[in-house]
Amino acid sequence: MKSYDVISTRANRIDTPDKATGKAVFVDDITLPGMLYGALLQSPHAHAKILSIDTSEAEKLPGVKAVITAKEAGQVKYGVSPARYDETVFAVDRVRYVGDEIAAVAATRLDIALEAVSRIQVEYEVLPAVFTVEDAVKDGAPQLHDEFKGNLCAEVHQEFGNVAEGLENSDIVITTEMKSKRQDGAFIEMQGCIAEYDNRGVLTLTSSTQVPHYVQRTVAMVLGMDVGKVRVKKPYVGAGFGIKAAANPMELACCMLARKTKKPVKMNFTREQVFMYGRARHRFHHTITTGAKKDGTLMALKHECWLDGGAYTSFGIATVYYTGSLLGGPYKLANMSYDGYRVYNNKPACGAQRGHGAVIARACFEQQLDMIAEKIGMDPLELRIKNMMETGDTTCNDLNMSSFGMAECIEAVRNGSDWDKKKGHMPPGKGIGMACGFFVSGAGYPIYRSDTFHGTVIVKLTEDGGTALVYTASAEIGQGSDTAFAMIAAEALGIPLENVRLASGDTDMGVDLGAYSSRQTLMTGHATKEAAENVRRQVLEVLAEQLNVAVEKMDIRNGFIEFDGDTPDFSTLRTRYIKEHRGWTDNPDSDKLTFKEASRIAFLERGSIVGTGKYKPHSLGGKFKGAAVGTSPAYGCSAQVAEVTVDMDTGQITIDKITDAHDCGKAINMTSVEGQMEGSISMGIGEAMHEEVIFDNQGRVLNDDLAEYKIVTTMDMPRVKTIVVESDEPNGPFGAKEVGEGAIMPTIPAILNAVYDAAGVRVYELPLTPERVFHAIQEYRERNKATA
Amino acid sequence: MKKLIQMTINDRAYEVAVEPNKTLADLIRYDLGLTGTKKGCDTGDCGACTVILNGDPVNSCLVLAVQADNAVIETIEGLSTDDGLHPLQQAFVEKGAIQCGFCTPGMILSAKNLLDKNPAPTEAEIREGISGNLCRCTGYQKIFEAIESTRS
Repeated sequence: MKSYDVISTRANRIDTPDKATGKAVFVDDITLPGMLYGALLQSPHAHAKILSIDTSEAEKLPGVKAVITAKEAGQVKYGVSPARYDETVFAVDRVRYVGDEIAAVAATRLDIALEAVSRIQVEYEVLPAVFTVEDAVKDGAPQLHDEFKGNLCAEVHQEFGNVAEGLENSDIVITTEMKSKRQDGAFIEMQGCIAEYDNRGVLTLTSSTQVPHYVQRTVAMVLGMDVGKVRVKKPYVGAGFGIKAAANPMELACCMLARKTKKPVKMNFTREQVFMYGRARHRFHHTITTGAKKDGTLMALKHECWLDGGAYTSFGIATVYYTGSLLGGPYKLANMSYDGYRVYNNKPACGAQRGHGAVIARACFEQQLDMIAEKIGMDPLELRIKNMMETGDTTCNDLNMSSFGMAECIEAVRNGSDWDKKKGHMPPGKGIGMACGFFVSGAGYPIYRSDTFHGTVIVKLTEDGGTALVYTASAEIGQGSDTAFAMIAAEALGIPLENVRLASGDTDMGVDLGAYSSRQTLMTGHATKEAAENVRRQVLEVLAEQLNVAVEKMDIRNGFIEFDGDTPDFSTLRTRYIKEHRGWTDNPDSDKLTFKEASRIAFLERGSIVGTGKYKPHSLGGKFKGAAVGTSPAYGCSAQVAEVTVDMDTGQITIDKITDAHDCGKAINMTSVEGQMEGSISMGIGEAMHEEVIFDNQGRVLNDDLAEYKIVTTMDMPRVKTIVVESDEPNGPFGAKEVGEGAIMPTIPAILNAVYDAAGVRVYELPLTPERVFHAIQEYRERNKATA
Repeated sequence: MKKLIQMTINDRAYEVAVEPNKTLADLIRYDLGLTGTKKGCDTGDCGACTVILNGDPVNSCLVLAVQADNAVIETIEGLSTDDGLHPLQQAFVEKGAIQCGFCTPGMILSAKNLLDKNPAPTEAEIREGISGNLCRCTGYQKIFEAIESTRS
């Protein structure tokens, strides 16, 4: 195997010294001269007609510079998927959830803007509202969108193989349900943005976003501007987890206010508004039937799911497809069917969140695998190994596993957790459970239908030859992508990491679809590698001319030129270089020709040395409707073991330990890979144990703060043992693939299986509150008493 | 009606006129430009705005600026010196304890407060010492490791 100098190490991240010292700039840290502050008027009603809007009192308030409503903003429909644009920036004649945007104000101070918002008079005719899937699909239920009868936002019906036959030929058939709750991303930085409009008609939006490219296109479309006149930048972003992966109405309103006032405008969501806006993980209700042979061979999977979508589509079309398409693997399964329904109602829209669409389906399915194993007296770990896909396998819905270290992951957690000694031997109240999962390394297709490259990168050498500059429009949102790309560029060029500088997150730097679907390491990484290799070749071509040595006889490593065979006399080049740098103190005196010398000579011969790189996946997926969703050039996979203690008297669960193994292909930065695994697990634990957005009967969020919406704290988080399993992914740069989302897949079912091992109870609804677990234990005791 | 207050932040004396309803977090961030102190909720839940006020960590979003009259305050900008990063900052960088970095300033200040008062905390004491600081990215593992690596 080729050895590497930069990648596959634990290099310090390039952004963290600034983050550790408070120097890293996030959007709300920016103040511009003459900046105005914007505020939104949002609906207090879950469903109402707007009869009239009177902004006159707001406009009279001293300090108010602009008030806009749908009248002025226009009615351009937008959303995430062009097939389902169902939002306008401001409500036109109807509001559909508590928080629906009605107007925006820009003023010289934030308190004035807020006061102005309170002076806008809106006359509503309150309409009946629906808040659950069950109520929304009833005959006579209030309808949210005229074009979608029965509040059915989307439905999917797929069958691969023959499920009825597969179930008929099964010895064991298990049907269970699983219900989850609406989640919140709970990133610590709320959404915020600053828009500027210059004298040449160029709009610049600086925003806390995961996807500058998509935001740029949405802003251009909604404001009726050329894409070339819209620039979207992201400063450091305080995470997103999927919720910041589309343009939001505040960004669009902010752009409109800046264009109208010709002044910079800043807007921020409060924490309450983050909850009110939603767009995080849906509430799922799954019914799954799995059939297997007595020897453990999986035969068929029948899957139905209802998604509680909220008032708009957002990512929902992709979500309802992902929910089905990412279930069958990582197991060999010839027969699978899926019926998915996403339903509108008068709550904030749900969207994408880490592990898009697939997390709760897996929580249901992986429990059934344990049930099957128990029925046939097989170790659940062995059952999984028996059915596991291998490298080169393709699922029944046409997802190809071009590398797949799943079996290695299972063995790693078996050993890492001491599974064989513990399974079946835990004392009462203690349990151990496991689960597996897989996830895309980037969506195979862009969100809008297009032949576009998914990422373009520019690498340029500074004229002194010392430093490589990497320009990418990709989005560092905390996951470590800037560092990964700097490392990839350094490795591909053959120079140390400290000689790479990187700028990212700006649409002026190119096209990059952004940070979602765990795509950047593979896709932007490819483009970065290609751009760096292009630069490397140009430098070597100049050297070849100068030294009369073939390009193939030279290599660049650790910042030095290495020659195949004898080192030619390069003294002329060195003299030329030194003459260029009279008075400098760092002139080279090594036996080897340095990269710095070579690239300076290259500049003198050719001008700026600039290389470009690009990436788009090869054609992926089958021909059926929805075949694109779930496709990816590569899949990461993981196995996890959870160990828990259940207090049989109170139902309180303590997670004692998690052992996690993840196949991320080649690890670009080992520490960052572990960080993604640990972060995924903490989000999975939160969802399993206590996270739930709760509404009152008027559609208002009751727990819209980080005290009552309970994410994992230091007191909840168990120790995690992470094991990085490396495979060589043929479609990944240096063999790399995803880790950011796949690692959350097994967490919830591993915990659920461990709870069953500890307490003998299965819980089919999340979160695992002590009350819910207590009742399950009581029922279990009653049942056992009755049968005893 | 503004009130004139005096305070020392990171060894520098300030005299500022503040509105009585202005929070210390807003004063530090927007009036004094020390934007390393972050705001993640404005209700004292997330800990991102943690500063050390007269020797104790506080959520600066829950303190009125006028309450900090004559106070000695330490923010994240006061930690690093001419010699480089504070050992805790260095440990956070080296252990990979920082992802998005939004919680980091508050987290480091809480950890510093813990170590200043208890130079050799147990794991349980570390967990409790930073329990008021929420992090959604890291799962806290590498934060524990960073703090453990700097305890005496």
